[in-house]
Amino acid sequence: MINIIWFLILSLGIVIGMLTGKVEIVSKAIVSSTTSSVELVMGLVGMMCLWCGIMKIAEKSGLTDKLAKVLRPILKIIFKETSKNNKVMSSITMNLTANMMGLSNAATPFGIKAMEEMQKMNIEKDTASNDMALFLVLNAACIQFLPTTVISIRAAYNSQNPAIIIIPAIITTGIASVLGVVYCRILQKYF
Amino acid sequence: MIIIGNLMSYMLKGIIPIIITLVVTYGIIKKVKVYECFVEGAKDGIAICLKIFPYLLAMILAVNVFRASGALDFFIYLVTPVVKFIGLPPEVVPLVLIKPLSGSGALGVFTDIIRQYGADSYIGRVSSIIMGSTETIFYTLTVYFGAVNIKKIRHTLLAAILADITAVILAVNLAKFFF
Repeated sequence: MINIIWFLILSLGIVIGMLTGKVEIVSKAIVSSTTSSVELVMGLVGMMCLWCGIMKIAEKSGLTDKLAKVLRPILKIIFKETSKNNKVMSSITMNLTANMMGLSNAATPFGIKAMEEMQKMNIEKDTASNDMALFLVLNAACIQFLPTTVISIRAAYNSQNPAIIIIPAIITTGIASVLGVVYCRILQKYF
Repeated sequence: MIIIGNLMSYMLKGIIPIIITLVVTYGIIKKVKVYECFVEGAKDGIAICLKIFPYLLAMILAVNVFRASGALDFFIYLVTPVVKFIGLPPEVVPLVLIKPLSGSGALGVFTDIIRQYGADSYIGRVSSIIMGSTETIFYTLTVYFGAVNIKKIRHTLLAAILADITAVILAVNLAKFFF
């Protein structure tokens, strides 16, 4: 699946670029994508190390276990297979909390930690488990309480009330994440 | 009420230092070697970044080529009649299509829409809600599945895209309802 999608995006881009005489721009885009991905990872390394370090302290001190215990009843309904494992649950909790605060940079390290823990429990190592798929869909459509970037851009362009979009955005993301779980539950039977 | 509201927003702005302080203090109380522990954990961070880099490069390469070649514009032109059907203003279509692919790209498109049509116009509000409520699916998928070497993603992408479409439809209708 991912192979076909990647092939289509890349080859369609190159072919259309060739046909419309944009070969030069396309080759520039290819070169610049290498630098921009290096920049992206470099920007991520610091944040990743910081949160992995903090997470380690939380883990050793038993804080993650406590947090997971509090939130387990809610997450148990959503994540069936993994809810028994404390390490996964705490990473998932931290990831979703960071997402809700609009801190996507902080959410990524927790998300990857959660994926690594889920992978340990996964039987087929090259195939996504039901809970992994669910976790990713929740990340793609997560409730956001503070869309900070959007508000600040609106403010920068002289909005009368930059924060007016918060309530509709919360309702939108709330319904979308609930339906995301439903879609997952239905689709996981067919894949 | 105002004091509580201000305190809340101050706390939310300082959420990162607050979390760090809480975790480190709790660690010290529980007699954890916080410094050594932090360094040990931070080492994992580097390993993770090295691991996800090739996946990230593959995705950014494809998306950049798709955008630079004008294929994205062509695609937008193709789907405009369909999105008009759900009541989405055509001006917002580029944002909807680029949001799942690239966060920085979406930010650029969003800023451009706000600059062109104004933050308080209907178009500006719809795109603000969309910008605040959908995530970069492809980035998340690439990074998360890449980190654990998963090749078969099953229904993940389909479900994520469906959730994304749901969010867009909701955003359009809520914008009509609220404003």
